[in-house]
Amino acid sequence: MGTTRQITCKQLLKELTDYLDGSLDRDSRVQLEAHLAKCPNCWVVCDTTKKTIEVFRGMDPYPLPDDVKGRLMKALQRRCGHAGHA
Amino acid sequence: MIQSSSSQAVLNDDLELVGQARRGEPEAFPELVNRYERKIYRLARHITQNEEDAEDVLQETFLKAFANLSQFQGHSKFYTWLVRIAVNESLMKLRRRKADKVVSLDEPVETDDGDVVVRDIAAWDPNPEQQYGRSEMNVILTRAINSLPPGFRAVFWLRDVEELSTEETANSLNLSIPAVKSRLLRARLQLREKLNRYFRKHGDNTPDHL
Repeated sequence: MGTTRQITCKQLLKELTDYLDGSLDRDSRVQLEAHLAKCPNCWVVCDTTKKTIEVFRGMDPYPLPDDVKGRLMKALQRRCGHAGHA
Repeated sequence: MIQSSSSQAVLNDDLELVGQARRGEPEAFPELVNRYERKIYRLARHITQNEEDAEDVLQETFLKAFANLSQFQGHSKFYTWLVRIAVNESLMKLRRRKADKVVSLDEPVETDDGDVVVRDIAAWDPNPEQQYGRSEMNVILTRAINSLPPGFRAVFWLRDVEELSTEETANSLNLSIPAVKSRLLRARLQLREKLNRYFRKHGDNTPDHL
């Protein structure tokens, strides 16, 4: 077991995307989490970036406008030979 | 990533529907269209930022998917395959509009990692989405994402909303993996900053810099 290397705020930012995606190797993740535990600013940036992704992921796909849906179905019928669902 | 049993069921079901559509069963392909038309339309709206183009992309995506069903190997999810077709169509629309001064996705953007700066650090409420009604949230999020440069917007959308992998996003947009990662970081940080004013905890107004 070696000692944990300390990382700076700038290094944390460079690795933030891999950290949030769960693709950091274990040592880098431990270093990053040690920094987060001590640095309130980085903790807030990490937390709010994570929430940013979550709110976008939860966004509803708005319904297809009726006229757009109607033209899509017509195009499918013309080219593929079936009408699709209403 | 954790895959729920219900989403796994949808994936298996997609493959089954693709098989049925290939065999000429008339209800199968319309069911696939029904499943994904809203998401494909939304993706096209966000990349092209033009309603007419998005509708063309929607139609072309499903028509091309139908015409090329035999080429779908089943190595990726059916939806990921559809997304790649939709992204290609959207990029073609963007390129055609280049003459009208619309910035293309593959135009170079600043990718130097050395100067990422974070401003406006403020804690958010634990459940920021609960502060707003559904339609109000959609307006806030749409406005925020539409203000990103096109190259950032597409990467963020494919990675974080459509949940494509970094490699799939890179392939879909003809970008390198480091370029995807760099754009994704910038997109995430810019969006975070844009949402700060809506979601910050009441009274948390700490001006700070990293």
